[in-house]
Amino acid sequence: MSAQSLGLRVIPAAVFGRRARSVLERNLFVYKHIWIILFSGFFEPLFYLFAARVGLGQLVGDVRNGSGERIDYAAFVAPALLAASAMNGAVYESTMNIFFKLRYAKVYDGMLATPLGPFDIALGEIGWSLIRGALYAVGFIVVMWVAGLLQSPLAVLGLPAALLIGFAFAGAGMAATSFMRSWQDFDLVNLAILVLFLFSATFYPLSVYPPWLQLVAQLSPLYHGVVLIRSFTLGTLELTLLWHALFLAAMGSVGLAVSAFRLRKLLTP
Amino acid sequence: MLPVPLRVVEANARTYRRTWKGSVVTTFLSPVLFLAAMGLGLGSLVDRETGARALEGLAYISFLAPGLLAATTMQTGASESSWPVMAGIKWIKTFDAALATPVGVPDLVAGHLVWVAVRLLMTSVVLVVVIASFGAVSLADALLAVPAAVLTGMAFAAPVTAYTASTEQETRLSSLFRFAIIPMFLFSGTFFPASQLPDWLESVAYATPLWHGVELCRGAALGTDATLPVAAHASYLLAWVAVGWSLSVRSLRRRLLP
Amino acid sequence: MKSTHRAAEPVDEAGPGPQNESNDRALVEARGLTKRFGEFVAVDAINFSIRRGEAFGFLGPNGAGKTSTMRMIAAVSPVTEGRLEVFGTDPATHGAEIRARLGVVPQSDTLDTELTVFENVYIYGRYFGLPGEVLRPRISELLEFVQLAERGDSKVEPLSGGMKRRLTIARALVNEPDLLVLDEPTTGLDPQARHALWDRLYRLKQRGVTLIITTHYMDEAEQLCDRLVVMDQAKIVAEGSPTDLIARYSTREVVELRFPVGVQERIGDRLDGLATRSEVLPDRVLLYTDDGDRTTAEITRRELAPESTVVRRSTLEDVFLRLTGRTLVD
Ligand SMILES: Nc1ncnc2c1ncn2[C@@H]1O[C@H](COP(=O)(O)OP(=O)(O)O)[C@@H](O)[C@H]1O
Ligand SMILES: [Mg+2]
Repeated sequence: MSAQSLGLRVIPAAVFGRRARSVLERNLFVYKHIWIILFSGFFEPLFYLFAARVGLGQLVGDVRNGSGERIDYAAFVAPALLAASAMNGAVYESTMNIFFKLRYAKVYDGMLATPLGPFDIALGEIGWSLIRGALYAVGFIVVMWVAGLLQSPLAVLGLPAALLIGFAFAGAGMAATSFMRSWQDFDLVNLAILVLFLFSATFYPLSVYPPWLQLVAQLSPLYHGVVLIRSFTLGTLELTLLWHALFLAAMGSVGLAVSAFRLRKLLTP
Repeated sequence: MLPVPLRVVEANARTYRRTWKGSVVTTFLSPVLFLAAMGLGLGSLVDRETGARALEGLAYISFLAPGLLAATTMQTGASESSWPVMAGIKWIKTFDAALATPVGVPDLVAGHLVWVAVRLLMTSVVLVVVIASFGAVSLADALLAVPAAVLTGMAFAAPVTAYTASTEQETRLSSLFRFAIIPMFLFSGTFFPASQLPDWLESVAYATPLWHGVELCRGAALGTDATLPVAAHASYLLAWVAVGWSLSVRSLRRRLLP
Repeated sequence: MKSTHRAAEPVDEAGPGPQNESNDRALVEARGLTKRFGEFVAVDAINFSIRRGEAFGFLGPNGAGKTSTMRMIAAVSPVTEGRLEVFGTDPATHGAEIRARLGVVPQSDTLDTELTVFENVYIYGRYFGLPGEVLRPRISELLEFVQLAERGDSKVEPLSGGMKRRLTIARALVNEPDLLVLDEPTTGLDPQARHALWDRLYRLKQRGVTLIITTHYMDEAEQLCDRLVVMDQAKIVAEGSPTDLIARYSTREVVELRFPVGVQERIGDRLDGLATRSEVLPDRVLLYTDDGDRTTAEITRRELAPESTVVRRSTLEDVFLRLTGRTLVD
């Protein structure tokens, strides 16, 4: 490749952002018609939070964190629910919806006939997942605040953390979707999500597990997200949080790169 | 020759032979995962702390298991009567095709619901074995809960069929799950006694069919007395089945034979 | 991908060729253009050149490689081998720039079923980076042009096939393209819808839009195309204007004869010398001749006694069938 064409590949990178924005705009138009779906996604984590507070909390009492402090059960579970809802929103948006657009609605074939390229599409779709996730996260953090479950002003960092989780799962979800062949494959996605939701230190600390299981649980990307957000809402900042953030950022970036590569392969044979 | 509604059951069974793998995840693995995560994991906290008192000395997993059984049949009954029914009416139009034969609307409804009952029975039996293998309850006791579990599932299958038949929009189905099924899953006594809820919500919980189903299953599996006499819980659930059934016939007739 | 970048001004490295003189005005230029899917050769080293303002057709049976060629021109499918220039640039390196000046009507509609008619065109315009204030008036005009002005707020699904096709055309025009690529624009439409579409396409051509059309309808090619190539099994087998091609590959007229059952089999060599070329089909006999009346007179003289005799002008269809054969391709 000559230096000139290399230049041409680099310069348009500056306009990727602008092009990807039109993909966001398209999704905004779609949800204008079905806003109720967008809206209703907000409630599931709320229900779980309420169940944790009035139900499980009374059964469990307080839980102890790593350093042995006692934490109100709802305050322990709430950040995990925020992390889980960021994951759920991102996965739903980046798997089922993208599969539909890719294989059935041929939305991307239409987009590719315009100046948009596969990378713009991947970026735009993941960006949209993030916006959707941000809406839920803001709402949930406000609820936590009203319910008195925020123990530190650092909790505002829960929003960027939720976006990071969304980015990680949207990237991974979209990459996985590009390999799927039928709707049946989504049963596996649902299964994976449920496993992550239940076993990532969401409802109880990892110390409940035997040591080997604690190690396995640390492979869960959601676990990293839960630790991150929980530290912010409980106000226990540590340097190791960087590692968790890095893990999620890497997962999202690899997912994004694989998605763009796969979209190019699938859509422009 | 098979009676007409049974021919509809047969058609469903034939389809299921091709698609059963997917349903394993939703109807079987998910309760197992909940049982492991909540029963064992959370249970280890509950049993250690204040929970032991609230549950009157009962191990949390034993409390949870029959509740999950009822909640799972609710999920199965409801989901088998939502998307597949919508597909029959609108997406693949198998109902239209069936109605072009000697099959009538009441046969269609009966065939569908009998098939769901068969599914519920299979699911419940498998689940009961799993629950017993977790050591949550003894297999013999747990098997007693199977009829209650099937009845619970039917108390959702019938009204959800009627609901699906009367709605045009797919998004309403997601709303049904988000605003009715999931809240019931969480608040109808599955994970904790409904008596812990705030008063106003407690009375709502008592009105849900799931609460009655959970009471029946728990009573049967643990050999304890349910809140009300068994006949009262069972009649309440049967009422949902009966009303749902007749509404299904009505709505489906209106929808398919306008 | 194997393809070298070239400067904006096309430099012909293929050496002097028959088309060389028109190069300065060529909008699309292909030399040895090849597309392979794995081992399978879908487009086999074809050459063509399309001038500004003309309507250029790709004719060919199913599987000939028309769509593959269109997709390479539209810069959505990488060229495997050979040279392709669109607007004097290489699609491999200038894909986005090329697509910005292109309108595409793909073989199967890619309308966004989750959006309304208006929104479909609007969002498509946004993909081109056009601002809303430019788009809104333009879309009213476009929907008027394709006779969908009343359906702006309708969803896409309830539209008829013809309406969807017209909407796709409106959408393809939203960026005011210099070149419109239409892949089987009227396949599957009823006659009214086809004629309505032809009319719209004709008007576009009059406005100076260059059209590239693939089709397997001969009447469509005759109606719309100034020049066309016939593709068969990944290769171009003929090139010219419709009248050129008829003159070259057929005769002026065709006489079609039908015989009573069993007679045709026994006719043997009694047709010899009647026409330039004859073709015996299971149900009838075609005689290609420059003077149909003389041929019919001769038939009467030889007392062949056909059940029916029809004299018609030769069409592109005769050329097409001669070049690509009568066997069914699927
Ligand atoms: N993505 C693809 N992968 C493999 N083969 C393909 C692909 N697209 C087209 N082909 C094959 O290439 C040949 C030419 O197809 P196409 O260009 O669509 O022909 P036409 O448009 O003239 O009908 C066909 O045999 C087709 O099966
Ligand atoms: Mg084609």
